[in-house]
Amino acid sequence: MAEAQLHVRIQEGFQQEVEEEKLLDCMRCGFCLPACPTYLHSNFDETQSPRGRIALMKAVRDGMLPFDDSIEESLDLCLGCRACEPACPAGVEYGSLLESARNVIQREKKHSVKEKAARYGAFKHLFRNQRTMERATGFIRFYQKSGIQALTRKTGILSLFPSIMKDMEAILPILDKSRIKKGHTYESTKRTTKIAFFTGCMMDTIFSQTNQSTVKLLQQLGCDVWVPENQVCCGALQGHSGELDLARENAIRNIEAFLAQDVDYIVNNAGGCGAFLSEYDHLLKDHPELLEKAKAFSEKTIDISTLIEKLGVTGRSLKLKDGRQAILTYQDSCHLRNVNRVVDEPRAIMQSIDGATYVELPTADQCCGSAGIYNLIHTEMSMRILDSKMDDVKATEAQFLLTSNPGCLLQMKLGIEKAGLSDQMEAMHLVDFLAEYVDVE
Amino acid sequence: MLSPSIIQEFEQLCGKENVQHSNASKLANSYDATANFQALPDLVVSPRNTEEVSGIVKLCQKHEIPIVPRGSGTNLAAGTTPTKGGVVLLFRHMNQILELDEENLTVTVQPGVITDELHAFVEEKGMFYPPDPSSGKISTLGGNISENSGGLRGLKYGVTKDYVLALEVVLPNGEIIRTGGKLAKDVAGYDLTSLMVGSEGTLGIVTAATLKLVPKPTHNQTLLAVFDSLEKAAETVSAIIAAKIIPATLEFMDQGTIQVVEGYKQIGLPLDAEAILLIEQDGPEEIVASDMATVLTICEKYGAREISKAKNEQEAEDLRRARKDALSCLAQLTPTTMLEDATVPRSEIAPMVREIIRIAEKYDVRIHTFGHAGDGNLHPTAVTDARDKDEMKRVEDAFAEIFETAVNMGGTITGEHGVGEMKSSYLEWKVGPSGLAVMQAIKQAIDPNNIMNPGKMFAKSTRKRVVVHDG
Ligand SMILES: Cc1cc2nc3c(=O)[nH]c(=O)nc-3n(C[C@H](O)[C@H](O)[C@H](O)COP(=O)(O)OP(=O)(O)OC[C@H]3O[C@@H](n4cnc5c(N)ncnc54)[C@H](O)[C@@H]3O)c2cc1C
Ligand code: SF4
Ligand code: SF4
Repeated sequence: MAEAQLHVRIQEGFQQEVEEEKLLDCMRCGFCLPACPTYLHSNFDETQSPRGRIALMKAVRDGMLPFDDSIEESLDLCLGCRACEPACPAGVEYGSLLESARNVIQREKKHSVKEKAARYGAFKHLFRNQRTMERATGFIRFYQKSGIQALTRKTGILSLFPSIMKDMEAILPILDKSRIKKGHTYESTKRTTKIAFFTGCMMDTIFSQTNQSTVKLLQQLGCDVWVPENQVCCGALQGHSGELDLARENAIRNIEAFLAQDVDYIVNNAGGCGAFLSEYDHLLKDHPELLEKAKAFSEKTIDISTLIEKLGVTGRSLKLKDGRQAILTYQDSCHLRNVNRVVDEPRAIMQSIDGATYVELPTADQCCGSAGIYNLIHTEMSMRILDSKMDDVKATEAQFLLTSNPGCLLQMKLGIEKAGLSDQMEAMHLVDFLAEYVDVE
Repeated sequence: MLSPSIIQEFEQLCGKENVQHSNASKLANSYDATANFQALPDLVVSPRNTEEVSGIVKLCQKHEIPIVPRGSGTNLAAGTTPTKGGVVLLFRHMNQILELDEENLTVTVQPGVITDELHAFVEEKGMFYPPDPSSGKISTLGGNISENSGGLRGLKYGVTKDYVLALEVVLPNGEIIRTGGKLAKDVAGYDLTSLMVGSEGTLGIVTAATLKLVPKPTHNQTLLAVFDSLEKAAETVSAIIAAKIIPATLEFMDQGTIQVVEGYKQIGLPLDAEAILLIEQDGPEEIVASDMATVLTICEKYGAREISKAKNEQEAEDLRRARKDALSCLAQLTPTTMLEDATVPRSEIAPMVREIIRIAEKYDVRIHTFGHAGDGNLHPTAVTDARDKDEMKRVEDAFAEIFETAVNMGGTITGEHGVGEMKSSYLEWKVGPSGLAVMQAIKQAIDPNNIMNPGKMFAKSTRKRVVVHDG
């Protein structure tokens, strides 16, 4: 009885929130299938494909089938990487469909214990605002010192995470308290461009070094970099997991924080966050009073590689320090590539470095399996994707595997560790690589 | 519904993990690329080899369960919708290229190999597999063979059937036969290979195929010509052929399509042009150069008002874009896109396009046409909304009249997409009652219990002919 009510509630939710017009845009041509990592890594299972997922959403909405576990699993296993969007000739807005479907399911359904724990811990607390994230960082620092058992006993949470937590431990960078001052403007000598810097919660804690490198590089290129004080997490993790209301709250706070000063760009160095920031106007489409501001915000959003390319970094002399020679390769951030369609800029930068040879990773355009916290929840699929990715990485013979997003970076570090390549290869954020190994004249 | 004990028999045969019956699995195999058709199967089975396919067929025969072979489900004729339920057969494990024979210029593949993957594989070795359906990045060779698919290169190189040398087929009684061989000549008995090609999964299951390859052309050139009138474009097509040039590609778009493509892509297509031709030639350098010079002169002579010639592969790809994006742009226009492929003799292209425009007006529906001008294969595409029952009825009536017009011009109801369920009630219009009877007799002889893809190709009754306007 309870089940019956659930599937009816979900059908009604789909009818109200999963837009029929968008579902009907899909002409079922199947062109998205070869772009979809879960389709490819499930040995071509149509239930794990974009076309299949859209058909499932439509079937539930139309009442052709009742929502059940098999349908939930299909939608759950989607990485949300949105590689299906650029592949689609009909312009189907898959990301938006998935987001609204997940929002309905999340609202109507109690979560499985494992996921609940992860969600509770991650979303409600960690990513809500910077302070709790910092506290959590202390948490992880403690975890680093004491090892997994102590923490598991204390919280009970980590025991719910699969074994990759162990592998994760090996690759987590030494945590460092952020040295980027909120509310401060880092001035440059030339002062040609005014930038508001989005610090990102993961970037500002686990990868705070990258933020420092970013600010320094921007200053060097003539930017005044203002770090708005009241900024919060972009809301992507919540938004992608069916917590749209939480995501909207964060969006509204960020819009207020960033539009307080007139800037040329709002820059970020995390592809996943950037994509979400650039879609605030879509997220707030039902808030007409905020729409203008949301649009202004989204339009100013830019990722670091696009910005420094615009600022002419490739026109300068870029050289590997100490006359070094190295092979570089690059793993796209899914959302930077598929949502913001930034493909050429990071490559142009890597290709213009003297001493470096850029080798394209053949599957760079495919998700690495990190996908927010996907790797913690759907570990099996995630590791299948990662292992095959690492085979390709290995074949490039690169010494540096660069990325543009913290989640991908962690996953790449994990991949290198798992593949036993740590003595030959290092995964880094593009900006850190520039800071550490490249002379920018 | 299949009983648990029957499902168990399939599981014993193919392994539990290769037999799916969750709601999600059934639904994900309930459709293909045909708008408005959908039906759930009872079971989805993924055999690992020919023996398992044979075992599945025997089981289905024993329990009289329908079998629907499914490649990637991209056909446009409702060929893989499990109309009568039953087992959907997938070839996800049977997707290997088995052998490349450089001496005999053949390649042997399993049915699940993706068309473009075969292209890449043989081209890397300097060989060429010409059939190139626009869906090649996801369609399977099993699907291509069973639909006898064509493509942009059809005019010069022919279609899939011209490249199938030998097949391994599991018949509806479970027996495995091998037809044809790596032979340029073979007249031993009926040509069963040809019978199987294009049979849409109604006569048996293709489990392996040996395909003919040709040497890869070394050069190609591309141009796009814009015309003020349909007739001028059509005359150009005829004149090119009359000049004894067979271009590799000779594609066409009408004004409606041009306007829609330009609306979405803003690539500078003239909105008042009535037609665009995309022309490509491939082969040895000198021949390509001289052919394309002649083509250029002909285009000018027959009144092309603008001609763009590609200087390199990138520019060629830009020119192709307009034609390649045609369907997707049309698809963005409205919720439902119904793509047909009525085909007429080359000489009838202009009159046929005029007729399509007239018929669309008559039924008050939007139909835009593009297609393979070189071989008379047109794709009149209705942009509509499946939820609007009244309009859907008018679209159906309009297509009926388009089919009839095509047949009257010496053409056919489908040039390359197949009959499936969608066009089954029109088949008799093309082949006549005696032709249909022969086909039904063949089907009856090979598949007496009608378990192979039932509900496809043959309809319960033929659609009544519309009265064709003759003015
Ligand atoms: C955007 C788009 C563009 C297209 N362009 C073209 C084009 O240019 N030219 C063209 O000809 N077609 C075109 N098509 C139609 C379609 O792609 C082709 O018919 C293609 O060959 C189907 O391949 P598939 O693997 O998807 O087969 P499916 O659609 O899965 O199956 C097609 C038929 O073959 C049968 N079948 C599949 N595998 C086997 C097997 N192993 N044994 C026996 N029967 C089998 C099925 O039962 C079905 O009847 C296009 C379709 C789309 C959506
Ligand atoms: S490519 Fe687009 S239209 Fe085609 S099946 Fe995928 S989502 Fe649907
Ligand atoms: S978002 Fe990624 S995983 Fe999900 S359907 Fe699209 S391509 Fe597949």
